[in-house]
Amino acid sequence: MAKVAPMDLVAGVLKGETVPIARLLSCAEAADDASRPALARIFEHTGKAHVVGITGVPGSGKSTLTAVLAEEFANSGRKVGIIAVDPSSPFSGGSILGDRIRMADIAMNPNVFIRSMATRGAMGGLSRGCLDAVDILDAAGFDLILIETVGVGQDEIEIVQAAHTVIVASAPGLGDEIQAIKAGVLEIADIHIVTKCDRSDSNQTIRELKGMLKMGDLTKFIEGWEPKVIGTSSLRREGIAELAAAIDGHRSYLETSGEIVARRRKISETRMLKIAESLIRKRFYEERLGSISELCGQMERKMIAPDAAARQLLARINGE
Amino acid sequence: MKNDAAPIRVMMTKLGLDGHDRGVKIVARVLRDAGIDVIYAGLHRSPEEVVTAAIQEDVDVLGVSLLSGAHMPLFGKVLDLLREKNALHITVVGGGLMPDEDVAKLKEMGVADIMRQDSTPEQIVATIRRVVAERSDA
Repeated sequence: MAKVAPMDLVAGVLKGETVPIARLLSCAEAADDASRPALARIFEHTGKAHVVGITGVPGSGKSTLTAVLAEEFANSGRKVGIIAVDPSSPFSGGSILGDRIRMADIAMNPNVFIRSMATRGAMGGLSRGCLDAVDILDAAGFDLILIETVGVGQDEIEIVQAAHTVIVASAPGLGDEIQAIKAGVLEIADIHIVTKCDRSDSNQTIRELKGMLKMGDLTKFIEGWEPKVIGTSSLRREGIAELAAAIDGHRSYLETSGEIVARRRKISETRMLKIAESLIRKRFYEERLGSISELCGQMERKMIAPDAAARQLLARINGE
Repeated sequence: MKNDAAPIRVMMTKLGLDGHDRGVKIVARVLRDAGIDVIYAGLHRSPEEVVTAAIQEDVDVLGVSLLSGAHMPLFGKVLDLLREKNALHITVVGGGLMPDEDVAKLKEMGVADIMRQDSTPEQIVATIRRVVAERSDA
């Protein structure tokens, strides 16, 4: 098979063709310089899709929920792209991406495209290249893009800076009120889902969650969006239509209130800063290996504090 | 096309009526530990499902485990679908129990390699790396 230049895939992506979309997604994931011009071209065609982030602790039912939600949207004629992120091994760099197993029912739906991505050491529940992948699906004409994050714990909230609507999935029986009152992942939700509502203890979880939200800063919601709490059962397909309606409702709220402008700005800012960070990091390693090792040595001998060492490293780069 | 930053992507799956998944899970784990991204697509899949998923995931290798004896028709169907969908850039590798004469035939049909029950973890990893290298340079 001949090699395909990333730029030659762009036309097919814009027409929504599966093979070019899939192959350009690989280029985005590889993040090599050769694919930059193609991704820049794709970027010009983005901005139409609604991006929904789905996050929650491991085992909370994110993959299954993502699948039934995608089915709900796809059955109403909308095109849904799914990016399912699973962790890379910190030791070998390899991964086992298993989200697809829970999505078998929708895998053949012509309105659904599923792509698995590994975190590759990225923190916060997303993968490297994830936002470039969102661009590709957006430009390819997907109406909704669902990003399923890795199972996150308590403060990996990067999804907020990538999505227009954030869904946090909680499952019954995983913790008490105090878990919920802690700062972090619960604060970022536009929509709370209590999954597995076929279980008898789910009502208690819904009640506790609603209680915790009421305790919060009420003034924040007077004019804005009040986070919803919806119970779902993916098994019985319950609450899914309500969730789909809530997502559309949140989208209308963002547009009528003008909040969408602020969210878009936040996404732009995060993307640019993240890339800048990784470029700086790369430069440190490529050009400053000597300095890094020298300063580490000084730190280990207690000759210099970590903060001062970092400042010196920066000064050396800037001094070029 | 592959550089150091991009791990090899392999989809592992079982086709048809075959619930014996210990082997495929061990192979998935072995590949993960070799730094490979493994997309596990599960049990009881049809050739259509597997090919659709492999294309969307843009895997380098589609690894199919089969212990049911139905390897000849099922591999044939997978190869036909890949051809039909213009996706022959995906390399098919098989694993399982099958007779020598079938292995020879499958290779003629376009399966890049077959690994049977005597394959060691090292051989499996080496085979995957080799078929990907052969593909990339073509």
